Amino acid sequence: MKIFKKISFYFFLTLGALVFIYPFYWMVTASLAPENEIANLTLLPTGLSFDAYSQMFTKIPIGRAFINSLIVASSITIGVLVFGSMIGYALSRLEFKGRNFVFYIIIFTMTLPFQITLIPQYIIMVKFGWVDTYLALIVPYFINTLGIIMFRQYFKSIPQSLIDAARLDGCGDIKIIFKILWPNTIPALVTIGIITFMASWNEVLWPLIVIRNEELMTMPQLVTLFAVGGRADSQLGVKLASAVILALPIIVAYIFFQKYFIQSMASSGMKD
Amino acid sequence: MKLKQKIVPYLLISPYILHFSLFVAFPVVFSIVLTFHKWNIIAPMEYTGFSNYVRLFKDAVFLKSLGNTLIFLVIHIPLQIIVALVLAQILNQNIKFRGFFRAAFFLPVIVSGVVVTILWEQLYGFDTGLLNRMLVSVGMNKVGWLTDPNVAMSSIALMATWKNVGLYIILFLVGLQTVPTQYYEAADMEGANRWQKFFKITLPMINPTIFMVVILSTIGGFSLFIEPYVMTGGGPLNSTISAVLYIYKQGFFYYHMGYSATLGLFFALIILLVVVIQKRFVERDV
Repeated sequence: MKIFKKISFYFFLTLGALVFIYPFYWMVTASLAPENEIANLTLLPTGLSFDAYSQMFTKIPIGRAFINSLIVASSITIGVLVFGSMIGYALSRLEFKGRNFVFYIIIFTMTLPFQITLIPQYIIMVKFGWVDTYLALIVPYFINTLGIIMFRQYFKSIPQSLIDAARLDGCGDIKIIFKILWPNTIPALVTIGIITFMASWNEVLWPLIVIRNEELMTMPQLVTLFAVGGRADSQLGVKLASAVILALPIIVAYIFFQKYFIQSMASSGMKD
Repeated sequence: MKLKQKIVPYLLISPYILHFSLFVAFPVVFSIVLTFHKWNIIAPMEYTGFSNYVRLFKDAVFLKSLGNTLIFLVIHIPLQIIVALVLAQILNQNIKFRGFFRAAFFLPVIVSGVVVTILWEQLYGFDTGLLNRMLVSVGMNKVGWLTDPNVAMSSIALMATWKNVGLYIILFLVGLQTVPTQYYEAADMEGANRWQKFFKITLPMINPTIFMVVILSTIGGFSLFIEPYVMTGGGPLNSTISAVLYIYKQGFFYYHMGYSATLGLFFALIILLVVVIQKRFVERDV
């Protein structure tokens, strides 16, 4: 009976794992298969063909989009870490009038659905002349309320004596944040960094709204328009190749930092 | 020195204040103003009173999109909870390779929705898709996963469950590990069976996690956009058009900024209402 239970558990888990992994495996092998074999759903294609990839590179500026995505996601991540820790520090370690008020506003904005600000934010971008610039993709994301709240939480747990000692040594607040607090809150930096980078890398609605110039598009946007716009029609291989290229960087990062990814996502879910 | 001490906190939070005024406070106020106007961004704004609101209640497509969102949530949330709970329960046993299985289930969570959508479009293919081939091989009829208006929204909900369930497995695992083992030991002494233990101990203890999953997937469901946009464009017969997709189309295909803002405001109020009601339930039960 015990053995039977164990076996059924492993059977279920393996079946589950197959359901989650097989589609990705198929995506990669199909993108490498000759075009006429893609629909066959075989485990291994008979020949290896990079046609889909070379065609993709000539059809859409995917290399450029990769660099754009890298610039945008890295800038946002750095901004969120720097501004988030400044604000989190002020809210957790400094006394000032209106501190609670600001904190409540932050909590309130977290519950505000983005659907309400979508149209006005686009209009602001138009008025600023930021449409079709990196600024539109980056600046609105500099402030991340979840990041602020997590930094505030982590900074609260740092012993006051550490900060007092730094002050005696003549450190200003900026130095305290980046020289004293940062090295002591590496898990917070990694967690917030991963969530932010992943979310910005995968963001697609906002880029679709503010970017029209193909040279400035991020990867998910370019791949979306490619898949929707019909340029990939009847060429499944090229479409799949673009999906592989879009997924690859995050999957590689995930393989290396798997534990952090899972912890980060779980803790961001817990905080909501 | 004293003055500097007073100014520093405000300097540190100034980026937030600036961001809040520009990208939150002003947009909220401006979107309310917009709802009373007709505007295509280029021509001057034209005051139209409540006509946007009147139009909204008569707009069959918008009402349809709300209905679609409801269908999505009704399928997605229970499915998500059941699958996540079952897999988390199994993973919580003394299992070898737990890390591997956990990592496998989590894989779709980290990948862009665009990738997942492109993949599932193939799995759902009518003639060559994996799912229909499996159905045919066991002697059943093909299903129009994305072409049958009665099925398409369920197909998208199924795909969204596949994409997100890994996150909820992790959340449930965390929840399950907070249940004290003494409870189960005591139940064993009393001779309780597995199901009794599950319904009398496990379920009540992880209630907070269940509600969190409900709230998170509700908010997620309300922002459904890229899946129908890429897969079906909202069709067939508007059966998969989501509210966000419709707002997007009104704003950025037709440049009906006033009307689009009205839809956004109205939809946001519905979301807030639903989430507040759900939170009430949580606070009462916990």
